[in-house]
Amino acid sequence: MDATCNPDIDFEACLGPNPDEPVFGGLTRRQMLQFCAGIAATMGLSATAGVRMAEAATAPARPPVIWLHGQECTGCTESLLRSYHPTLEAILLDVISLDYHDTLCIGAGKQALDYKHAMMEKNKGKYVLVTEGGTPMKDGGIYCKVGGKTQVELIREAAEGAAAVIAIGSCAAWGGIQSADPNPTGAVGTHEVIPGKLVINIPGCPPSPYNFLSTVLYLLTFGRPPELDQQNRPKFAYGRLIHENCERRPHFDAGRFALEFGDEGHRQGFCLYKIGCKGPETYANCPSIGFGDVGFGSWPVGTGHPCFGCTEKETGFRKPLHALSTVKTLTPPTAFPQVDAAKGQGISTGAAAAVGVVGGLVVGAGAMLLKQMGDGKKSAPDETKERV
Amino acid sequence: MTEVDRRDFLRGAGFATAAAAVPIEASAAIARPPKQISPQAVGMLYDSTLCIGCKACVAACKEANKMPAEVPATLTGWNENTWDSAEDLSGRTLNVIKVYRNGTAEQKDHEINGFAFVKRHCLHCVDPSCVSVCPVGAMQKDAATGIVSYDPDVCIGCRYCVYGCPFGVPQFDFSSALGKIAKCEFCRHLQKDGKIPACCDVCPTGASLFGPVKELEREIERRTAAAPGTPYQFPRGKIGENRPPNAATIPTYVKGVYGEHEAGGTQVRYLAGVPFPKLGLPTVGRQSPASLSEGMQHTIYQWLIAPLVAFVGFAFLARRNLALHHDDDAPPSKEG
Amino acid sequence: MSTAAPLRRSLVTPTTLVLVALVVIAFCFLLQRFLFGLGAVANINPGYPWGIWVVVDVIIGTAFGCGGFAMALLVYIFNRGQYHPLMRPALLSGLFGYTLGGFAVIFDLGRYWQAYNLLLPWHAQLNSVMFEVALCVMAYVVVLWIEFSPAFLERWGFAAIKRVLDRWMFVIVALGVLLPTMHQSSLGSMLLVMEYRLSPLWFTLWLPALFVISALAMGYAVVMFEATVVSKTFSLPSEHALISKMSIVVGWITVAWLVLRFGDLFARNALPLAFIGSISVFLFWVENAMFLAAALVFITPAGRASQRASFLGAVALLAGGSLYRLDAYLIGYQPLNNWSYFPSVPELMVSIGVVALEVLLYLIFIKTLPVLHGDAARR
Repeated sequence: MDATCNPDIDFEACLGPNPDEPVFGGLTRRQMLQFCAGIAATMGLSATAGVRMAEAATAPARPPVIWLHGQECTGCTESLLRSYHPTLEAILLDVISLDYHDTLCIGAGKQALDYKHAMMEKNKGKYVLVTEGGTPMKDGGIYCKVGGKTQVELIREAAEGAAAVIAIGSCAAWGGIQSADPNPTGAVGTHEVIPGKLVINIPGCPPSPYNFLSTVLYLLTFGRPPELDQQNRPKFAYGRLIHENCERRPHFDAGRFALEFGDEGHRQGFCLYKIGCKGPETYANCPSIGFGDVGFGSWPVGTGHPCFGCTEKETGFRKPLHALSTVKTLTPPTAFPQVDAAKGQGISTGAAAAVGVVGGLVVGAGAMLLKQMGDGKKSAPDETKERV
Repeated sequence: MTEVDRRDFLRGAGFATAAAAVPIEASAAIARPPKQISPQAVGMLYDSTLCIGCKACVAACKEANKMPAEVPATLTGWNENTWDSAEDLSGRTLNVIKVYRNGTAEQKDHEINGFAFVKRHCLHCVDPSCVSVCPVGAMQKDAATGIVSYDPDVCIGCRYCVYGCPFGVPQFDFSSALGKIAKCEFCRHLQKDGKIPACCDVCPTGASLFGPVKELEREIERRTAAAPGTPYQFPRGKIGENRPPNAATIPTYVKGVYGEHEAGGTQVRYLAGVPFPKLGLPTVGRQSPASLSEGMQHTIYQWLIAPLVAFVGFAFLARRNLALHHDDDAPPSKEG
Repeated sequence: MSTAAPLRRSLVTPTTLVLVALVVIAFCFLLQRFLFGLGAVANINPGYPWGIWVVVDVIIGTAFGCGGFAMALLVYIFNRGQYHPLMRPALLSGLFGYTLGGFAVIFDLGRYWQAYNLLLPWHAQLNSVMFEVALCVMAYVVVLWIEFSPAFLERWGFAAIKRVLDRWMFVIVALGVLLPTMHQSSLGSMLLVMEYRLSPLWFTLWLPALFVISALAMGYAVVMFEATVVSKTFSLPSEHALISKMSIVVGWITVAWLVLRFGDLFARNALPLAFIGSISVFLFWVENAMFLAAALVFITPAGRASQRASFLGAVALLAGGSLYRLDAYLIGYQPLNNWSYFPSVPELMVSIGVVALEVLLYLIFIKTLPVLHGDAARR
């Protein structure tokens, strides 16, 4: 594929030779380009960028990935496995060289760990470290150990030789469910374990797989992370409140709320703010891309349950499910009456004309009358013609 | 005819305050004593800092009062009557939420580069101008609850109430050939069934709170006495009711309660985090306009004494002078 | 002494035809108003519930109708019988000013079909200034028709009724002076409730006095104006001798008004506002300048002697008084929530039509009934 061509203008030209032959573990060039174009669109990048991504993804030298699990439910991996177009295993195993993954690797025990160390040595400075799950810090971190080592040690060890660190899921991003009060294990996000290093956070419980995939592909293609916010979350996915893109927003704006599960309003799909939706204070792109690739509305609010703010440290697992959220809208919608809007009809051309004509006639008649009047004291009848 | 530009308007508002201050000494003498609030008066506390602009109250009010949707002329391009988007109080809108914006409008309840919401509807004045000016008594104030009500079967549509209200509340429905005046009547048709005004009932955050004015005043004291940042349970619906409160923190309020003294006091009071004039709430002095208007009228016409004396005087003089000029107009006739 | 007689001129002239056309146009728009509502025709809005129909046709219109009031005061109360020839034309203009003012009220009222509630005692809201104005005006219209009725009774020869009327005319006359004093001052009192919405240049406790004094002055000015216009257009003997004698009274009334107005502005410290640039301030000075010009014309012998100057003085006084009312009700008035208002074309055409109707009816009446005096009238 030619990195400079634009699939929007000429898709076929970008394909290269034998576009329909399976080459990438069962994928054809065509399918690969379509997939990467889709990823580029998710990130708000141009179609040309999609071609570059496809190139990077299929380049012979693919960076290895070490995937560590801490205090987690493996939901983020499960989420990733549910990417269906195309099948994710093919991508992951061919796009990146997933050299070590606690859940997916076939080996177990000492054999698996030795392999991990070997890969880390071999690819020192080049591999991508992905962390899933929280890290307990209390009591020396003994509450999560793999192969006799605490998670704290494992992360620090792995981070040393990592070219980039990505924390997938809320647990890795800020501690997740185990960090909920009273946080008995002192669970924290990965960035608090390795404070000196940049950790790209992909929070969510679980996050959409495409948030992760897009970030990885961007990293591979451009050699740097996509634009990040203050919490190092990619802005393309976490730059806006759910409230700003929610399909039920018109109901919020018009004051239509579900008051109880199953009531008339709930059945009509009204806004769930009053039963505790945290959309107004949660940054994520769930309403835009949904989950599971089953179509529009495949996200909690779409199915009728209020968002609980899983991406936000202050909200998810902290604020009660049905407590009202703080509305963080940056600006109220534009179709809102302003306190000082100017209203009413000004002068119309017709009105000005009417006033002008009448005024002119009156002044004219007056002037004619004045001409007949004298300045003196005579009051004899005038000999003028009758006019009226 | 009416280019009241911003400068003029603000100056006018400022001078209205100044002017209101000057004639108070002079007009206090001629004004009749202001009316006092009834001990059982019911009212509303609107806390702008709690309001999130969801407009549930606007929708609930429309439904409770069976008012149709309203589409302002400027928005007819995309709004095909699927949304009610009234710009202001009108013959079909008894309650409206407006937004104050400044600069980047990023922070709620901040005067500079912030935004805030304000709810506009009848304030149910203690000494209402509309009740005083209505020639046929279509506007009445309930002696016990203090609710100001409107009777369309008596109203002649003169719109003096629209002209005279210091807050610009009553509105005439100019779009109908059989128009009526419309204004919030505190959902008195629901209150008589033991329910509370729809706006207070539906408000998710308790920004609109209903209850006896005495209790609302105590609530205001509690909120304004607490330090900003203190966690607080804001009651919702009706004060003292068994509804789960809205757990939040006390904000930084601007000094003063709007409606405490304005135009002689109102039963709807406002708390806000942005100065009241910025929210569009008119700057109104303490004297109730009704007390001035009625005071002047009574001074001149008390018991009709002055008119009767004048009439007798005029009649006496007219009789004498007419007799002197009796034949001025009569044409030459047999009666002569 | 010469007696009154109808003016023997043709009813159908180019002018009357134009007036009829204007009246017909106005009635078309009024039909639209009654079928589709006020909003379909007028630009009045929540910020400006009263537009030119109330302010021009009713408030200014009735001030123009104070001719009867002014002359009755002079002729029958102060016994200046020499002005008697001006009485009937004055009553006529009063008649039309008030009757058409009442007609304008009807079409401006939003719920006109319930207007009878004003007359039901159990609905009377005695604290309302407008209630008093409404009743006073209704009574005064009746009084005016009765005061004017001798013209009909003479024309159609109801001598017996006229005799009865003559006996009780003094009551009617007394009412004809009392009632306008009451309601014209109350038109000023109606603005007292606007204390927070009216500019301090117009809002004052002296509003009732300022309104009734200016109404009286306008009454004389209308008489002078109409007498001059009629005598010029029909080539009748001029009434200038009478007018110039009367105008000294008018001059001093106008001076009294100006003294009261500016004295009050000064005492309230409101004068500095008159030096801030804006349209309303500009119009404030225009209205006062008109009053001042009229006062100067009428208190100086040279001004009184000159027909031209007297005519202009009367016009200035009418303009000043009208502008004063327009300013107090619409321009010095500060609407809430940034509303603005300018009358629409249909609204203007209705007001113009009402004035046209007034002029038309005046012309018809002076040509069919004994109103104008003088032998020339019988030509």
